[in-house]
Amino acid sequence: MVYLTRKCEFSASHYYHNPEFTPEENQRIFGKCSNLNGHGHNYTLEVTVKGEVNAQTGFVVDLKELKETLNREVIDALDHRHLNKEVPEFFRQIPTTENLAIAIWNRLQDRLKVAKLHRVRVYEMPDLFVDFYGEA
Amino acid sequence: MKAYLTRRYMFSASHRLHSDDLSPEENVATYGKCNNPFGHGHNYSLEVTVSGQVDQRTGMICNLSDLDDSIRAGILDRFDHQNLNLCPEFDHSVPTTENLSEVIFKILKQNFKAAHLEKVRLEETVMNSFEYAGGAELQR
Repeated sequence: MVYLTRKCEFSASHYYHNPEFTPEENQRIFGKCSNLNGHGHNYTLEVTVKGEVNAQTGFVVDLKELKETLNREVIDALDHRHLNKEVPEFFRQIPTTENLAIAIWNRLQDRLKVAKLHRVRVYEMPDLFVDFYGEA
Repeated sequence: MKAYLTRRYMFSASHRLHSDDLSPEENVATYGKCNNPFGHGHNYSLEVTVSGQVDQRTGMICNLSDLDDSIRAGILDRFDHQNLNLCPEFDHSVPTTENLSEVIFKILKQNFKAAHLEKVRLEETVMNSFEYAGGAELQR
């Protein structure tokens, strides 16, 4: 089994706000992230797939296909977008880095043809990242 | 859904690697320049990984400000700009980065209860780093 990781970047804006919370609760729990005018990040996404190395090609996965899938399913949908307002997963869910990693996993999981998705890692900033392995 | 969150912190400290159980020659042979008598320092980079279910209402495993507070009180206030050899945690052990990783893991395990502590990863320099998961296998 070999693990292959592809890295890409996207930039997006978001805010954290739960309409079920009072304004005071939103402020206390989410702090400056609760500002409804939003703010943005340069995200770094690392997608790790696993599989056996194909004896004929030497590939775990066709990198071109992986790149195209990543661009189509993730980057085109998220890059230079407002996550709360333009990305359906976050019309109701809060676009934390945790939920973003899960959403990206769900976007990719069934669309990767050859290799199996192993890990989605999303950096919100260089000092903060979330890993999701598809665990319940 | 279970997810893993990692946050990075920086602190600077000095240390000298020297074991009282070894002769002066053995200390030099074992620790090399790290055994120089007056010690030296590093900018340590600490990565703390916690895991847990993502709370449906907040979208979070735990509140980052709680994690930050725990790390500040438990680790940064204790070790930043200190001589590790003089810290009570190293009264009976050598402040190698291996031992420091274990000390940090144990302090956090005690102090931080808002999510499951998975592992700590400690970079002593950009050339070396150590990971400790309380003796458990590392999640890859």
